[in-house]
Amino acid sequence: MATLIIAEHDNNHLNAATLHALTAAKQLGSEIDILVAGQAAQTVAQQAAALPDVRRVKLAEDAAFAEALAENVAAQVLSLADEYEHIVFAATSSGKNIAPRVAAKLDVAQVSDVVAIESSDTFTHPIYAGNALATVQTQDAKKVLTIRTTAFESANAEGGSAEIVTLTPQAGFTTVQFVKRELDQSDRPDLAAASVVIAGGRGLGSAENFKLLEPLADKLGAAIGASRAAVDAGYAPNDWQVGQTGKIVAPQLYMAFGVSGAIQHLAGMKDSKVIVAVNKDPDAAIFSVADYGLVADVFDVLPELTQAL
Amino acid sequence: MKILVPVKRVVDHNVKVRVKSDQSDVDIADVKMSMNPFDEIAMEEAIRLKEKGIATEIIALSCGTAASQDTLRTALAMGADRGILVQTDTPLQPLAVAKLIKTVVDKEAPQLVLMGKQAIDDDANQTGQMTAALLEWPQATFASEITITEGHAEVTREVDGGLETLKLTLPAVVTADLRLNEPRFITLPNIMRAKKKPLDTTTPEELSVDVSPRLRILKVTEPPV
Repeated sequence: MATLIIAEHDNNHLNAATLHALTAAKQLGSEIDILVAGQAAQTVAQQAAALPDVRRVKLAEDAAFAEALAENVAAQVLSLADEYEHIVFAATSSGKNIAPRVAAKLDVAQVSDVVAIESSDTFTHPIYAGNALATVQTQDAKKVLTIRTTAFESANAEGGSAEIVTLTPQAGFTTVQFVKRELDQSDRPDLAAASVVIAGGRGLGSAENFKLLEPLADKLGAAIGASRAAVDAGYAPNDWQVGQTGKIVAPQLYMAFGVSGAIQHLAGMKDSKVIVAVNKDPDAAIFSVADYGLVADVFDVLPELTQAL
Repeated sequence: MKILVPVKRVVDHNVKVRVKSDQSDVDIADVKMSMNPFDEIAMEEAIRLKEKGIATEIIALSCGTAASQDTLRTALAMGADRGILVQTDTPLQPLAVAKLIKTVVDKEAPQLVLMGKQAIDDDANQTGQMTAALLEWPQATFASEITITEGHAEVTREVDGGLETLKLTLPAVVTADLRLNEPRFITLPNIMRAKKKPLDTTTPEELSVDVSPRLRILKVTEPPV
């Protein structure tokens, strides 16, 4: 039996999260197909077909798929489910939204946020805000998984030449309508995929002060993240939040300024390769995971560090 | 409009859990337990809808051991009208809970199931979506704003990169994100009043739901440092 990956995209570009899901899917050891459900998503299908080690790209095009509503995408996935043993989503806000709908209709358990694949039916995933890792074996014939993208390297975007198969789109779900989407405009790299992340916490004190992170982020080509405290205080937008209930990041370098390091924040960044923390409080929990720590006032350090780079 | 709010009793969010030395599970004996923070937010939202005159009755539902009564009493003290406990000693996984919620929905016929986006113990983020799927209802997950109009719910969702708004035809399932609201504190008089509110107990057997776990836990380990 084969594996089906549900591609994530905006009808023009394949999201990088799908490349990480592909690496995970390869470890399952069977042939891999990718489903692209979208509206006028030919270019996405071509990008998916260029991924190495993909057997077929299944393209379902309909206006009902334009906004990747869970009800519609799940219906399309279910129409294909007979052919697959593993159904794989990236654990993004979109994947988390759709996957459980598929699992419930198939009457199977779902394993969320898989960080390691032990065998075709045994997976490891974090629980309790990453304070424990559970290895679980599913008793179900079909396995629905969401993959933590930071736990698997990105696959190459080129080198494959999969066949593109066109599917009959499934009928749209009529009790839900898309109204609008407001995306934050930013030239910075995507937080979840950035190799350097500069994060600020409540210690920065205001939205104005949060801007002090920008020159440093510019110099390092970094994304800016935030703790929940900073987001709740209105210093930073919601989707900058790093943590158990925000984004999970694992960049090469994570620099935390004025972040105390609550359990829930650490859950989102402790797999970073190198962690640097600057905090006035020598007892701040962030120092327990930091490779390099500096007990100092962030307002002294930030300009100096930016200057020195 | 009747609203059903499923609530879960979990390890308090300030507790750093330890893994048992035999790696069978995490050690939660003698650890402080509380209502899952996202469920508090869902309950708060339901109460606000009642205060606005939109909701007429709020039913709190919890599935788990007898100790989950505490969590239901907390929900009642916040402002729920009555509670339902589905009592079992079997460890419940999201699919089982979704099936239990469905049977309660079939019986109670709420227009809205409002619940937390994830529980902070298993971090699954599945039950709301699964419930919606089993009921064939539309879903809006990760809600940061809910507006109810005649027969519809307009919900703003927190998605990667920003916000998105959906319009759902009721009945529907909505899961609460952190930014939806700030849950109220419960007062002593309300705790006393909550003791008099009705709390019905049933079991998965009475509801004819098979809740046996589908995922077998092989081991639980400390994360690498």
